Amino acid sequence: MGHKGNAKTKENASNANAAAPNADAADANAHLNTPTRLTGAEILWATLAGEGVTDVFGYPGGAILPAYDALRKFPVKHVLVRHEQGAAHMADGYARASGKVGVAVATSGPGATNLVTGIATAMLDSIPIVCITGNVSSKVLGTDAFQEVDITGITLPVTKHNFLVNKAEDLAKVLRHAFQIAKSGRPGPVLVDITKDAQQASAIFDFEAAKPRPYQPHPMLRVEESGLAEAAELIRNSKRPVILAGHGVMDSGAMEQVRTLAERAQIPVGLTLLGIGGFPMSHPLCLGMMGMHGESWVNHAIQEADLLIACGMRFDDRVTGKLTDYAMKAKKIHIEVDPAEINKNVKVDVALVGDLREVLEQLLPRIGTRNQGGRDGSVWLKTIEASKGAVTVRDIKNLPDLGHLYAAHVMHDLWRMTAGDAIIVTDVGQHQMWEAQYYKHEKPRTLITSGGLGTMGFALPAAIGAKIACPEKEVWVIAGDGGFQMTAAELATIVQEKIKINIAVINNGYLGMVRQWQEFFYERNYEATPLVSPDFVKLADAHGIPGRAVRKRSEVEAAVNEARSSTRAFLLNFMVEKEDSVYPMIPAGSALHEMIRRPEQDPLEETAEDK
Amino acid sequence: MLHTFVAYVEDLPGVLTRVASLFRRLNINIISLTVGRSERAGLSRMTIVAEASAEAGHRIRASLFKLENVVDVDDIAQAPSVTRELALIKIAATPQNRGQIFDLAEVFRARIVDLTSESLIIEMTGVESKIEGLIEILREDEGRVLELCRSGKMTMRRGHHLSSVVRAMGVSEAESAEREAELAPDIVTGEVE
Repeated sequence: MGHKGNAKTKENASNANAAAPNADAADANAHLNTPTRLTGAEILWATLAGEGVTDVFGYPGGAILPAYDALRKFPVKHVLVRHEQGAAHMADGYARASGKVGVAVATSGPGATNLVTGIATAMLDSIPIVCITGNVSSKVLGTDAFQEVDITGITLPVTKHNFLVNKAEDLAKVLRHAFQIAKSGRPGPVLVDITKDAQQASAIFDFEAAKPRPYQPHPMLRVEESGLAEAAELIRNSKRPVILAGHGVMDSGAMEQVRTLAERAQIPVGLTLLGIGGFPMSHPLCLGMMGMHGESWVNHAIQEADLLIACGMRFDDRVTGKLTDYAMKAKKIHIEVDPAEINKNVKVDVALVGDLREVLEQLLPRIGTRNQGGRDGSVWLKTIEASKGAVTVRDIKNLPDLGHLYAAHVMHDLWRMTAGDAIIVTDVGQHQMWEAQYYKHEKPRTLITSGGLGTMGFALPAAIGAKIACPEKEVWVIAGDGGFQMTAAELATIVQEKIKINIAVINNGYLGMVRQWQEFFYERNYEATPLVSPDFVKLADAHGIPGRAVRKRSEVEAAVNEARSSTRAFLLNFMVEKEDSVYPMIPAGSALHEMIRRPEQDPLEETAEDK
Repeated sequence: MLHTFVAYVEDLPGVLTRVASLFRRLNINIISLTVGRSERAGLSRMTIVAEASAEAGHRIRASLFKLENVVDVDDIAQAPSVTRELALIKIAATPQNRGQIFDLAEVFRARIVDLTSESLIIEMTGVESKIEGLIEILREDEGRVLELCRSGKMTMRRGHHLSSVVRAMGVSEAESAEREAELAPDIVTGEVE
């Protein structure tokens, strides 16, 4: 196990009690091999260490104190957050950036309930995290004891599974099972609630014996010969196919297989928001993001398609628009690991229920290349290309500087200056959609964003988690002025942990996406959307984080350079156009082709001259 | 349409909540749910009857399987099966008029399991329609039905069709349905009383 002996993290930690970290860590790891009597609290950390956990994000409190007391003996680094929601988002960002299971720790009662938003965020986006909560002693469970809350009851609908542990001897087994559940099949969050007496009692710890039963795949996974043959037939005979690539492409590690399918059969690829990164944006067959704020040509291609090949995506309403008018002319092939997603929103013609990579490996040999008499996709690709029209000139760096600063400029410049190689962690709203449109991601796990739940306040803590998972990567937070304030307390965590991340606040003085809806659908009644904010540069400064305000396009490059070259975290406050809107937009309840297009006089409309 | 699911679940605290919560989330009303021990140690057997669209069956079954404590799920659908319900009915009956109830019980093959000077209890098992038939007749006499307790449906497929058995036999469900149709055409048609 490669995670052993990782005592260096402990040396860096500010825990003054860690008198002899190396010796203690070695002891802790010895427990993995020889059954030893430990307290429940020690079993908790020993099991986490055994599962390969090196970092956890948490906040102490009464009911979890025994666990915190035992932490110093184990090679696990603890990041102290400022609010438990931050801990859950950090574990989430950690998991999204690394592909490993993220871990959050909180105490009972309010500590546990504060995790809930973060747990739901992970649930909706299928992110493997394990949340550990303390609870009151098992003798007083259910008596409304101080800081007691039924957190397994509360989180039941937003976890993949949860456990209540009230015996030290159950702990190792439950925790190992929790990790298995979190990362297997369709991943998701698991919560383990541990009573205080279970942390204090002792039991024999035997890591090997606590190993869960082998993972049982969902019994309704089904990839039949006939289904594969039918899918291959549909692909071979299609004239206007589109691949819809979702989050599952990355979860299953099927990037190569999707790419091979696209290239071999000359099929264009549309991406869901969470699918971004699974297929290179610069690839000639990549159409970009689909759905509510997807590019017009992607959505038109889907509406005109005669075949959709859905790969690891779930036909979310933000992707389909009005279901009754969705891709009416298309046959649909759905390749998906979760049988409960089949025919949930969109009725499909062929369902291949299994791991995407495995299914594609079975499917690909049946799809011939063009040389082998496979399909010729050139006519369809030309049709799509023609439908792009004037908006195809996506490189806006040479747009005349009109003295205004548009968020799109910021995204574009960030993309250009980071060579598309940074991990971008976005919040939720207009900036999130602009990022998806203008920052061209080439690699998996470079865009971290809350898609399903749409959780404002996600970006800053998730970025901290991402940076801790990938310390060698450049990490940027992009957040709106609204969402940033929801979890801005985590600026202090950045300082305490000495984390180098760059923060771009896209500040338009409004809750921008809500304002946009009010502009389009509520007669510009800007109720409760104008937003008075603190001076974010001063706020950062109060935390000891340097920053700078950016008001003009011409200032962007120097400011971004300054942030990137700073060895410390850096905040840029981009004062962008106040009433800019994200285009195109499909109004809620409308069909995919019924887009609100960019206005004719939009300053972001590129012309051929801008090349 | 009415869906009937048979689920084997771990016999642990909170499992019923998880199953019930799944239906709640899908906004599906559970019409009846019976739980009890099964032939497998540590596993309880549930029969869940719910009203939902015809297409919902697949998703409900798939979602039930996703619950960590659910070991096996069978969607009985239209498959040949035996369904029974138990009813206890307390009737106001005096020595003067209880004879009529005795006759009725005999016709319905029900049993009298308790008898006092003011009331008696009828125990009856059978298919839903038979139980409702008896209740309907008893209710013709207003005020006579004092208490009514029904177990909800318990369902078992005919033959060896539990999905775990089917899987163990290595045949797909479609094949097993075909085989079923070939092997037992006459049993399919009727309830054996």
